[in-house]
Amino acid sequence: MKAPRILIKGGRLIDPAEGVDEVCDLLIEGGKVAARGKGLKAEGAQGLDAKGKVVAPGFIDLHVHLRFPGQEQKETLITGSKAAIKGGFTTICTMANTDPVIDSGAVIESVKAQTGKLGWIRILPYAAVTMGLKGETLTEMGELRAAVAVGFSDDGMPILNAGLMRRALEYTRLAGPPVIAHCEEKSLTGAGVMHDGVTATRLGLAGMPAEAETVMIARDLLLAEGTRGRLHIAHVSTGAGVELIRAAKGRGVQVTAEVTPHHLTLTDEALNTYESRFKMNPPLRTEADLEALRNGLRDGTLDAVATDHAPHSRAEKELDLGAAPFGVVGLETAAAVLLTELVNRGTVPLPVLIASLTARPAQVLGIDRGRLSKGSAADVTILDLEADWIVEAGSFASKGVNSPFLGWRLKGQVTDVLVAGEPVLRNGQFLVNGESA
Amino acid sequence: MSGWTRKDLLGLEELSREELTLLLDQAKAFQEVSLRPIKKVPALRGRTVALCFLEPSTRTRTSFELAAKRLSADILQIQPASSSLVKGETILDTARTLEAMRVEIVVLRHNVSGVPAMVARAIGPSVINAGDGSHEHPTQGLVDLFTILEKKGRIAGLNVLIVGDILHSRVARSNLWGLSKLGARVTVCGPPTLIPQGIESLGAEVSYRLEEPLPKADVLIALRLQLERQKEQYIPSFREYSRLYGIDREKLKGAKPDLIVMHPGPVNRGLELSPEVADGPNSVILEQVTNGIAVRMAVLYLVAGARGERGSVCGRMSW
Amino acid sequence: MKADPMKGHLLDTGEIQRVLTRIGHEILERHRSAQRLALVGIRSRGEVVAQRLARILEEISGSTVPVGALDITLYRDDLSLISASPILRATEIPFDVNGQRIVVVDDVLFTGRTVRAALDALADLGRPESVELAVLIDRGHRELPIKADYVGKNVPTSKKELIQVRLTETDGTDEVVIE
Repeated sequence: MKAPRILIKGGRLIDPAEGVDEVCDLLIEGGKVAARGKGLKAEGAQGLDAKGKVVAPGFIDLHVHLRFPGQEQKETLITGSKAAIKGGFTTICTMANTDPVIDSGAVIESVKAQTGKLGWIRILPYAAVTMGLKGETLTEMGELRAAVAVGFSDDGMPILNAGLMRRALEYTRLAGPPVIAHCEEKSLTGAGVMHDGVTATRLGLAGMPAEAETVMIARDLLLAEGTRGRLHIAHVSTGAGVELIRAAKGRGVQVTAEVTPHHLTLTDEALNTYESRFKMNPPLRTEADLEALRNGLRDGTLDAVATDHAPHSRAEKELDLGAAPFGVVGLETAAAVLLTELVNRGTVPLPVLIASLTARPAQVLGIDRGRLSKGSAADVTILDLEADWIVEAGSFASKGVNSPFLGWRLKGQVTDVLVAGEPVLRNGQFLVNGESA
Repeated sequence: MSGWTRKDLLGLEELSREELTLLLDQAKAFQEVSLRPIKKVPALRGRTVALCFLEPSTRTRTSFELAAKRLSADILQIQPASSSLVKGETILDTARTLEAMRVEIVVLRHNVSGVPAMVARAIGPSVINAGDGSHEHPTQGLVDLFTILEKKGRIAGLNVLIVGDILHSRVARSNLWGLSKLGARVTVCGPPTLIPQGIESLGAEVSYRLEEPLPKADVLIALRLQLERQKEQYIPSFREYSRLYGIDREKLKGAKPDLIVMHPGPVNRGLELSPEVADGPNSVILEQVTNGIAVRMAVLYLVAGARGERGSVCGRMSW
Repeated sequence: MKADPMKGHLLDTGEIQRVLTRIGHEILERHRSAQRLALVGIRSRGEVVAQRLARILEEISGSTVPVGALDITLYRDDLSLISASPILRATEIPFDVNGQRIVVVDDVLFTGRTVRAALDALADLGRPESVELAVLIDRGHRELPIKADYVGKNVPTSKKELIQVRLTETDGTDEVVIE
């Protein structure tokens, strides 16, 4: 099927990769951007009125637990794709901690084939760094790269063996894409369920100290520096971590980093109610960390916003705080939460936020996405900055409702999404069909 | 004096000074019932109290059981062996089942902090926290306040020293809240590995050397040291712990003669307290046990009376 | 002290003293002596009335009459109906009730439910030889088969009216009024 001709009219186009922020039209043909400019005319093209809205490249999420294959009780390919679309994400990079683990060419080929068949959004799988995420033997990173792995990560499980991490980073010089590090020194986190601080003391909950993250960030930065390998630090949560990354970047270390919407907007005091929807790893930190993370996002030390979308079944999240699994959903609220909390309050300029959802994550992986210049793939996300809505579990497309933002009133929402020129969301309604399982 | 309006008793942190005073006054009034030949009053006749102890406990459970029986309540015992919790049923399933059976009060002990709060939010029946993880043990905190009040006649202005594993102690936290709200000065003392960070912001002074705060203490509360703490490397050895923080007659020579020594029990004799101290003239450990029943009767009586009114403890997000 | 006539004055200090003295004589007349006699006042004003009555009995008989205070809160039949638990005050009976001839004392007898609760509470404390009831005011409207043995003053009332007994020990003044 040939993608339709669409003329997106009158929106404020923000395309950080091109340094564009102006009101203009966008003509889409054959799945690509055909033209961009003021007062475009296109005979026979469908019109899409974007007046008063923001038109941006489709968002890219570097960190999604799609749960496919093997954990469909938490999320399916369909519900995960829909959640991404609702959040404005046209490309998601999916973690390898599935069942089976994505640690061989055969598995990744099969995942790629199945996700490609649905084809609503672009799903770029990561492969594991070590076989079975066991932290013992490296996967065939060269071959996995050839078979489309866009990065390597044992996310969820830190690579505790420094020697092995060093080898993996060395190997990225051949394989290309980065090792994405979940930085956690397990001997420091132990049975912790939240940030180790005054709130944990008050609530009587076992803590995970900030140093559990920072000592690993420091280790991995030094290893990346020594090996000249490519390192990407996942979900930075500490101010000290931001400092370390800033300094390493200053020394020319090939490192990039991401931060989640929840770490940018919530502190450990959210745990006051003991709800497991605030339990994630790394944990919510302090006000000072939050401040440092925002500064890091603003100055580019933190390259990308990534959701670490981690759906869990309701039954799992109904367990007590000790037994409930780590992780929160994030795809459907990311942009709106950050618009409301950071952009609308003047903490982060809108173009910086858009960049951290588009051009910057594309750069992290070196993929040709996240821009809307002539000839680019027409992945487009349109936002209504004035839309006023309340986050409700019942309205999620994801199977997971373990959101820390339930009940929040947000201003700003994704209204329209196009993937390769094909509209998949219009005025907040899905144009793709599939059992909502 | 205004009445009790909370549906649940989850901790002493959220109680006002007035609520603490009411609880202690009511406990005083209930003391007399246990001295009668017929130790039973009909106040909770026809009400059902579920004793849901999902962590081993003999003292607190029997104390609650006697308190409920002396108020004529019907009692339902839920213990891990007899419940379907072992079969993977969640605590919320169990709680909802109890609610469906029209149980009015759930007394809940759990090894994970926050479970009573989670359950209280989910069900209509009242929840009384009988100890959750390292969070709070409000009735034990009340027992200790009551015992201090009985022995010292006041709480305001007293120097109270809590010794031991503060990090993992729910008793320490409840005591800290209760004592500081009623005007006592609290010092916590123990090895640095077992003093949680930021405890000062909860109103405690910190000392790592027993000989510093001991001479001015009016009350000493020794905490139980769980034996797995050595394996977890919180302390190098029990021998050293006992030498540094164990209370014996020798160390008490530097203390006030009228110092009272308390312990939530059960005591590891020779570790936290030497046998001479545990059974000696300064010890009020058995009085704590006796007072436990009156305090728990008061709690059950007041909570039963507030049925239908929702406490304002939690259920709201902090953002 | 002069009572406010607007409020429907029933008894003043002197009158209270006179009716209690009369009740004291009636008790001794019926029991012949103060032997094994004990008073139990229902908290809170019944307790005050019982203490005054005990002093009168001592003056007349020359022997001491023990007095206890009974809190009937835990025996109320409406506990499950009221929204907050009423404040409990300790029961203090400093003597063994077994074999005693007990006079339960209260300020006002109305529905009889308080007395019913007091009888239950007493039964839990032991087995007295006999139990009688003395009240300062009987205002009628019984809901249970209960009758006072000694009455200071019978006052016909409507159910809506309120009888206020104020005593110096608890209220700073002595008066009984109807409002």
